[in-house]
Amino acid sequence: MTALLKTCDALGFTWFIPFIRLARRENPNEQFRQILVNLGVPLLAVLLFLGAWSWVARNVEVSFGAIPGPVAVWQEAGNLWKDHVAERDKEKAFYVRQAERKAAHVTKTPDKPWVERTYAGKPTFIDQIFTSLKTVFAGFLVASLIAVPVGILCGLSNVINIACTPFIQIFKPVSPLAWLPIVMILVSALYNPTDPWFEKSFISSALTVALCSLWPTLINTSLGVAQIDNDYLNVARVLRLGWWKKITKIVLPSALPLIFTGLRLSLGVGWMVLIAAEMLAQNPGLGKFVWDMFQNGSSQTLAQIMVAVFTIGFVGFALDRAMMSLQRAVSFDANSIR
Amino acid sequence: MHRFLDISRLHKTFPTPKGPLTVVKDFNLTLRKGEFIALIGHSGCGKSTVLSMIAGLADITRGGIILAGKEIVGAGPDRGVVFQSPCLLPWLTAFDNVMLGVDQVYYTASRLERRQIAEYYLTLVGLGEAMHKRASELSQGMRQRAGIARAFALSPKMLLLDEPFGMLDNLTKMELQDVLLDLWQRDQKTALMVTHDVDEALYLADRVVMMTDGPEATVGDIFEVKFPRPRNRKALLEDPAYYQAREYLIHFLNERSHHRPGQPTQPAHAA
Repeated sequence: MTALLKTCDALGFTWFIPFIRLARRENPNEQFRQILVNLGVPLLAVLLFLGAWSWVARNVEVSFGAIPGPVAVWQEAGNLWKDHVAERDKEKAFYVRQAERKAAHVTKTPDKPWVERTYAGKPTFIDQIFTSLKTVFAGFLVASLIAVPVGILCGLSNVINIACTPFIQIFKPVSPLAWLPIVMILVSALYNPTDPWFEKSFISSALTVALCSLWPTLINTSLGVAQIDNDYLNVARVLRLGWWKKITKIVLPSALPLIFTGLRLSLGVGWMVLIAAEMLAQNPGLGKFVWDMFQNGSSQTLAQIMVAVFTIGFVGFALDRAMMSLQRAVSFDANSIR
Repeated sequence: MHRFLDISRLHKTFPTPKGPLTVVKDFNLTLRKGEFIALIGHSGCGKSTVLSMIAGLADITRGGIILAGKEIVGAGPDRGVVFQSPCLLPWLTAFDNVMLGVDQVYYTASRLERRQIAEYYLTLVGLGEAMHKRASELSQGMRQRAGIARAFALSPKMLLLDEPFGMLDNLTKMELQDVLLDLWQRDQKTALMVTHDVDEALYLADRVVMMTDGPEATVGDIFEVKFPRPRNRKALLEDPAYYQAREYLIHFLNERSHHRPGQPTQPAHAA
């Protein structure tokens, strides 16, 4: 039971804790009050929001027709899921047919080579979510691999920090939309392998994400390293720890909480940047989905875009929660130690 | 060895916006091998600065320090330092904290031997049960025990203790003083301890070195503590000579510490 409480706390499901305590018959009145505050208030707020939304939907007309209300958007989400399932069935059927044709081909004309084809159906909404997730993680990984080492160097050496500061200050506020064309041009000039592992569009989106999301990690890492308690560094000096041992045993662990704060911010920024980059560059993903729906201009357009908006929001929220749990897992309680 | 640690004409000057400030001026002291010295003085008088220079953690402005025939350059594990805050790395266990140093010093020993060294000292300081707990889970007193174990486990030429019990409550402090005395007698280490606690200085030390107030602090007086060893706290408290000695030290801190002595060192006083 206590383990369950700890898990809930670590994952950020604090609203669930009163239910567990209630099940344990711990001070029921207090638990009911907690449930009312932690769950009742947000629930009421959501209901008010849905009500206001329905009211607007019924009273405002746009060029596509009526603005969809909550129910219409919910149904559209169901449709998108059905489309996805249908598309998967079609794909399966295609491969079954191909296997049959291959068998027939091999028995009839064994000397002619058989050319295998991949299914060329359009990606569904669910596929786009996963494409986006893959891209954001690739960009985030690249950003972290650059930002953490550079941040450590900046934190350790005042000279490097002063040298890096102008770049950080100037490039940090640059919008992804400004980076994107440069990245796309560079990628198409430099990335031309005969047998590409990755799509060009994937690489340019991921690099744009990396360029925009590396700053929070860099800044927080250098701050975390610069703030290391001088006593810990004295321990390294007394023990004459080598450079690498000093970094791995003392610098990294003590800067880890702030590094993770930076990573969490970076992933949030990356997710926001990605949607814009996909939309502008027509790279596959949720951003492109939104843009395509906009260009469609059908009666479902607005509902589909709204489904995408909520999806983007929920995925971003889930990513943030995941990073928060990681951050808690690696943080030692720095205040209790001195 | 009569001059195991030889501190001669030690100066420490800090640059300040108003010009250089000499915190320690012409500090001279020699320690015999195996001797326990307590360095007392008012807060901020520069006693910790002297200790940091011996530890190699602060640069020496002028003068020199010779330890066992070698001049001190930089920090090193041949001087075990026990800091005021135990400075354990909170993300490691007490055992791993000690091992971090042991691995550095005994790099030729086998892994088993190194583990045994760490376990031996952790057990001596009373952390036999708790050595695999993370430092952040230990109480302040237990952390300082681990800090002491770490310093001794490195088998240093001498021990430098910077107000090691300053942050502890009285009971824990007395316990740890006994732990320290026990280890010191077992390993016969030369020790220099900075403290502002007169009773602690008299209970632990062979000689109490009194520093004048900074800036330009130096040795004001040296008091020879002649109570027999091993010392017994209870017997000490019943000895009238203890109160005379205590009175002498407190009088120095209250009255005489405010001016530099006429000559560099005054003749030692007997208890």
